[in-house]
Amino acid sequence: MSESIEKLVSYFEFPFVRYAFIVGLLISLCASLLGVTLVLKRFSFIGDGLSHVAFGAMSLAATIPVMIKQAALALSRSGELSPGVQGVINFLGGLNDMVIVLPVTLLCAILLLRTGQNTRIKGDAAVAMLSVGALAIGYLLMNRFPSGANISGDVCSTLFGSTSILTLKPEDVTLCIIMAAVVIVVYILFYNKIFAVTFDENFTKATGVNAGGYNLLIAVVTALIIVLAMNLVGSLLISALIIFPALAAMRLFKSFKSVILCSAVISVVCAAFGIISSLLFSTPVGSTIVLADLLVFAAFSLISSLSRSKQ
Amino acid sequence: MSVQMRCKNVSLGYEDGIVTEGLEFTVSKGDYLCILGENGSGKSTLIKAILGLKAQVKGDIEWCGDTKKNEVGYLPQQTLVQRDFPASVREIVLSGCVAKSGLRPFYSKEEKALADSSMKRLGIDTLSKRCYRELSGGQQQRVLLARALCATSKILLLDEPVTGLDPKAQIDLYELIASLNKEGITIIMVSHDINTAIKYASHILHIGSRKQLFFGTREDYTKSMSGMEFLGTQEDENV
Repeated sequence: MSESIEKLVSYFEFPFVRYAFIVGLLISLCASLLGVTLVLKRFSFIGDGLSHVAFGAMSLAATIPVMIKQAALALSRSGELSPGVQGVINFLGGLNDMVIVLPVTLLCAILLLRTGQNTRIKGDAAVAMLSVGALAIGYLLMNRFPSGANISGDVCSTLFGSTSILTLKPEDVTLCIIMAAVVIVVYILFYNKIFAVTFDENFTKATGVNAGGYNLLIAVVTALIIVLAMNLVGSLLISALIIFPALAAMRLFKSFKSVILCSAVISVVCAAFGIISSLLFSTPVGSTIVLADLLVFAAFSLISSLSRSKQ
Repeated sequence: MSVQMRCKNVSLGYEDGIVTEGLEFTVSKGDYLCILGENGSGKSTLIKAILGLKAQVKGDIEWCGDTKKNEVGYLPQQTLVQRDFPASVREIVLSGCVAKSGLRPFYSKEEKALADSSMKRLGIDTLSKRCYRELSGGQQQRVLLARALCATSKILLLDEPVTGLDPKAQIDLYELIASLNKEGITIIMVSHDINTAIKYASHILHIGSRKQLFFGTREDYTKSMSGMEFLGTQEDENV
């Protein structure tokens, strides 16, 4: 026991481990806050869909410089790149992926959450369509215009976020802290409105509240969280961060406020537990966190069915 | 009697076509208007138009006197989402004040007091900490009615309020609505149950396929043809 504590302490001396820990906890906290609303609005799968969109956008961001390079090479007679083209490629390569990923994901989130029930393609079908479409395009791009030697490694880390959380730079951490703070402040300030819109959109609209605006706000915040969480658990497992704490909390708690608080606590505790055990047992971070969430959900379900059978 | 709402030659419909047209009626303070009509006659669309959720194709819906468009308390039909919603009764009733609170992030003392008094008025103050999804259908409707009372003290719009309730709870709810009406709150209720309409309502609006069949007082309605027909068909169904 003391051995593993020593091991942990020595790990935490590395700044990148501390960064991963801070970012992990913040992201899980934000995801769980929004999760309750998304689950109740029957949008559990939007996290999944949007994360695949973010994967597609990320592949696009990674392959654009490669595409330009190939096109320029094919066009130039000498077989060498002119300095101008090289400059453009270097500029694009140096940009943060966020510049492309965030706007694309935001746009899709707004499209998905705003269309609602009365569209030709129903909500769940639209999510499924976007999700697999983006996945296919992303993988195709990565294969056709490989930016590195190890394609399957790149794809795998984007999907499962296996390593990127441990390669965070201080700027990434600052960005993440700011975004998380924004999400939490927005959530607290608009808590009552979010509750009203989640419980009964028509009633809220009828009393003259701009329900569409709040739906848009929820969509934007969801997209922000998903783009942030890509680093932590990768695009395949984001839904787990969003839905498991909310579902577990709903099993036991009876008021909206207690469900929100409980799901935030579950999420943070599971993230901490998952990150620490992934360090100790060298398991992938994302899947360890999700496993912890899954176990808590199972435990809460068991408690709730036991207490129900007693009554 | 001061007029609160006036509907002038209103046509309702979707992109694919007109559902009903030529609706003409007024609602005055203290009225109990029951909107009757078969399924698909445009009752729900009319509700949406009155609430401003969906624009009418033609015509005007005017709010008169001291009543404004958004001062309508709405009791919607229950949705699937609400049936297993983890929220306490008080949280839901309080959410009726959401428009009053404007951009202020939290509810004021007055709004909380209003929520408590609406719960008392509907006899659900003892349930305030209970979870909404564990209540009976009749209790849930009372909670939503209390929320509507938080949004308004003038006019309540009820969309098939007794759907899914057992007969005893149905009568209780109708009596409750009638007592609110006696306290001076205008009631507009959509229903397809003509017998209760005749029992409680002061005015009746009957929408047939594509047009308005009747608008007037209950007494005139029972004498009129469309009422007889509708009563007749209902009795046939009951046999």
